[in-house]
Amino acid sequence: MNARPRENKSSRPEAKQSQAGKAAQNRAPTPRRKDPPSPKGKPAVILDEHIVEIVSDSGEGAQRCGQAFGSIAARMGNGIWTVEIIPAEIQPPARSMAGTSGNRVRVSSHRVTNGGDEANLVVAFNEQVLLSRVRVNELKRGCIILLEEKWRSDPDPDIAASYVQVFDELSAGDFSVYEIPMEFECLKYVADPRRGKNMFVLGMLCSIYSLDLEAARQQVSFIFAKKKDKIVQDNIKLLEAGHEWAEGNLDIKFRIPSTKAQEPQIVVNGNISLGLGVLASGMEVCAMYPITPATSVSHYLSDVFRNVGGMVHQAEDEIAACAFAIGASYAGKCAVTITSGPGFALKQETIGLAVMAEIPLVVVNVQRGGPSTGLPTKVEQGDLLFACFGGHGDTPKVVIAAATIEDCFYSVITARKIAETFNTVVVVLTDASLATAQQPFPRPRFSEEWLSPPADQSAIPEGAKPYDWDDTTGLARRFIPGQPNGMHCLTGLAHDRMSRVAYDPAINQEGTRSRSLKLASLQKTLKTPPVFGDEEGDMLVVGWGSTKGAIEEAIERLRAEGLSVSSLHLRFLQPMASGIGDVISRFNKVMTVENNWSDDINDEIIDEENRRYSELAWLLRARYLVDIDCWSEVKGQSLKPGAIAHAIRVRLEGKG
Amino acid sequence: MTTSATRCLLRTLDENYALEDYQSGVPRWCIGCGDNAILAAVQRLCRDEQLPPEKTVFVSGIGCSSRFPHYMHTYGFHGLHGRAFPVAEGIKLKRPDLHVFVVTGDGDCCSIGTAHWIHAIRYNMNMTVLMHDNGIYGLTKNQASPTSPQGLKSNTTPRGAHLEPINPVSVNLGIRNVSFVAQAVDWIPELLHDIIAAAYHHKGFSFVRVVQRCPEYLPDRYDPWVKNPDRMLLLSHADGIQISPELSRVYRHQEKHDPADRNRAREIASVSDPMPVGVLYRNRNMPCYEDLREPDKPYTPSMVGAALNREFDKFTIWPENGEDGGAGKRG
Ligand SMILES: Cc1ncc(C[n+]2csc(CCOP(=O)(O)OP(=O)(O)O)c2C)c(N)n1
Ligand code: SF4
Ligand SMILES: [Mg+2]
Repeated sequence: MNARPRENKSSRPEAKQSQAGKAAQNRAPTPRRKDPPSPKGKPAVILDEHIVEIVSDSGEGAQRCGQAFGSIAARMGNGIWTVEIIPAEIQPPARSMAGTSGNRVRVSSHRVTNGGDEANLVVAFNEQVLLSRVRVNELKRGCIILLEEKWRSDPDPDIAASYVQVFDELSAGDFSVYEIPMEFECLKYVADPRRGKNMFVLGMLCSIYSLDLEAARQQVSFIFAKKKDKIVQDNIKLLEAGHEWAEGNLDIKFRIPSTKAQEPQIVVNGNISLGLGVLASGMEVCAMYPITPATSVSHYLSDVFRNVGGMVHQAEDEIAACAFAIGASYAGKCAVTITSGPGFALKQETIGLAVMAEIPLVVVNVQRGGPSTGLPTKVEQGDLLFACFGGHGDTPKVVIAAATIEDCFYSVITARKIAETFNTVVVVLTDASLATAQQPFPRPRFSEEWLSPPADQSAIPEGAKPYDWDDTTGLARRFIPGQPNGMHCLTGLAHDRMSRVAYDPAINQEGTRSRSLKLASLQKTLKTPPVFGDEEGDMLVVGWGSTKGAIEEAIERLRAEGLSVSSLHLRFLQPMASGIGDVISRFNKVMTVENNWSDDINDEIIDEENRRYSELAWLLRARYLVDIDCWSEVKGQSLKPGAIAHAIRVRLEGKG
Repeated sequence: MTTSATRCLLRTLDENYALEDYQSGVPRWCIGCGDNAILAAVQRLCRDEQLPPEKTVFVSGIGCSSRFPHYMHTYGFHGLHGRAFPVAEGIKLKRPDLHVFVVTGDGDCCSIGTAHWIHAIRYNMNMTVLMHDNGIYGLTKNQASPTSPQGLKSNTTPRGAHLEPINPVSVNLGIRNVSFVAQAVDWIPELLHDIIAAAYHHKGFSFVRVVQRCPEYLPDRYDPWVKNPDRMLLLSHADGIQISPELSRVYRHQEKHDPADRNRAREIASVSDPMPVGVLYRNRNMPCYEDLREPDKPYTPSMVGAALNREFDKFTIWPENGEDGGAGKRG
């Protein structure tokens, strides 16, 4: 497929040989050079794409380095997808596997839609953070490792021993390990290399991947724009030093061809994209309570929302946040509340109130691993059924799931519009994978149609009823405080068209029917999603949410192998567009691929009568009465196209 | 149609809402329930203040007391048990033009809604709060509440309530930026009205604990105070509630209490016998959350377009030879 630098014989012995000269380096570390030393201007190997990871202790700036690397590549016109590697703890001990912090950047000659498979090149600031990535199988065989070598000569013998042990293990394995005197080199320019080493590494990476140094300088200036000039200059110096050093000392040089986009692109992560969507939707109130991985949306909004007259309210808890948003919606324009699993659970009673009283509300759930506190920083798609069916009694609400980072933006606008058109709750599902990943998408062109209309304050015709449900659509005009003649007492109790509490059997039946009909009315307006691949064939894979890119890449690979597979990705999960049943019926086998739990049919006590399916599989099985299979994982990682392709292949061969 | 048109006309002529204009339906509370007196006092206040019904919202939780908004011909929001405060805050935030009242019970406010209550005091948003404290869960039929006296027998405490009650007035006074706390009783209608009026006129979170009789479950709970006016302590002040000569003849036990005196307010609040009635504390200088959070500029659609484009600029990669210059220029 592409010209990846295969594990080349010369590098490993070379790396090992470096160990021999250890004593000498203890005093004055010298770069491990290739023999002969790589000359400047060495020819670059052309690659289709590479996955690069930069990992460090938290606080050492690997995340910033990775983001900058991704942004520079994107500016050059490469397709990129960046994924944050987030430490499990806030103040993890230094040099610990739990503290691994960093960034994974997939750089490609074409547009990429997901984080891809395993890494091709890793820069590690110590051997422990490196080891943590090896242990979770995130490194490809033959992966190039650039490792800070200062630990080899650490005064603490345990540290030095640990370094040597890991170095030996990895060098003996299927990796090309280069020891890099990062700190030693940085000390030539700054007093505290812990701050700034990341820019040295950024320079190195720019050299390795033949990225434009001037674009890198601009990126560094942008990153430190708010800092003093001295800081900017120091960091640029380090960047240049890293570049210079790699040019002179490393024998690895790649180039990933790029094509500049014709249209302006914006590069943000999914959470910023959501925040931009909130701005663009015309909503003015976002009520929230901090929770990972949703919080950064409100960080961003807190900064910029006031520019449009909006405000972020940090409530005392998620129940209050949701109730606050409901109050704001009730008295004016639709409001939004943003949360993640545990907070979404707390909001259920208030969501039910909004459904019952028909108050527009947008609830964003940036899903994380559950149940309970679960995996706060990691991805899972475990809240689909909860979003659809959570809440006591019949609480019909709209559930949509963003499939891409771009989608995060438009989903909020759509959600607001539906919420106000149908006077109901719209849940937008994203997840930790979209939240922190970055991928360029076409810069949206603002349209006033995105905005919500101002709150209606016109007089209500005398005698009009606050819940005058249309018999066909279930819709009723909403009365907003301030509207003359609209006075009524909204209630979460069963109520009649006048909003009077009513326990009458026929009235409850009518109210429940009307609220339910609104979903059908919306459903009538939805278009069948397009099939990726042929319209019929051996296997259809159905997905939802953040897995779109990975699933489609897997499908592409399998189709290139000649397999008859296609995929379908659903954005509207409740209600689902019509026509999906037809698509399903044109394939011999159908399965969902999801990032949530499903029992493995091959487990000893699992059979068709007790198997618990993945969440979308449950929904599709129930609606279309088709024996739909599923494959899923809950590893807290984004699904990889390679793993998906493998799973599909196995099912096609009938071994699932 | 004609009648309502005439009514409208009359209204614009003399701006006159009558008591009936605020009444809606027949309250379903038990006969003798203190909630009736509170409703009457509030309707009188609305009439006296000529609050436009369409600009007035009563927000409540769940409980007997929380049925209140159904009996007001204004906007009403009868929401969830314990959650009236955050709903009211959301309403007030973007709608300072609305008169917001919160009606809550001792279970609603001091048990399930406690977190919201404490924070509502902190937010100090301009709203009038009526906490109907009957010392029991009425709607769910006789369970001890956090304000039930120790030893009270109820369906969940057949051998008597285990704990000392919470003192809602003291709790308010314990919050640093409390701005208005008062106590009223349902059996002195004149003061009940005046205290609620004082609360209404205060800009900020005005909390009125109304000691409310529940003849259904605690028929003689407050008899010692109802029957013996000397066990009541009426608080008056030139800058607070004035007490009429008629009332003074009955309630001789009085104290001139300056509502600015927080320490004395705490002392008064800590005593339940004699039972204090009046404005305990008021601070007119406490900022309101809705004012602190008021946007510099009001929302306009064109502002959104401009702001959004500025935000996009921060994140945009421009095409090589685009009108905006090369890569990175827009940083
Ligand atoms: C979440 C939830 N829990 C419990 C209830 C049941 N419930 C309704 S009212 C109430 C207590 C009411 O007591 P209080 O607030 O003192 O009001 P009162 O009826 O005495 O006026 C309870 C427990 C409920 N409606 N919702
Ligand atoms: S039960 Fe008590 S509080 Fe409830 S209406 Fe009857 S008297 Fe009033
Ligand atoms: Mg009570």
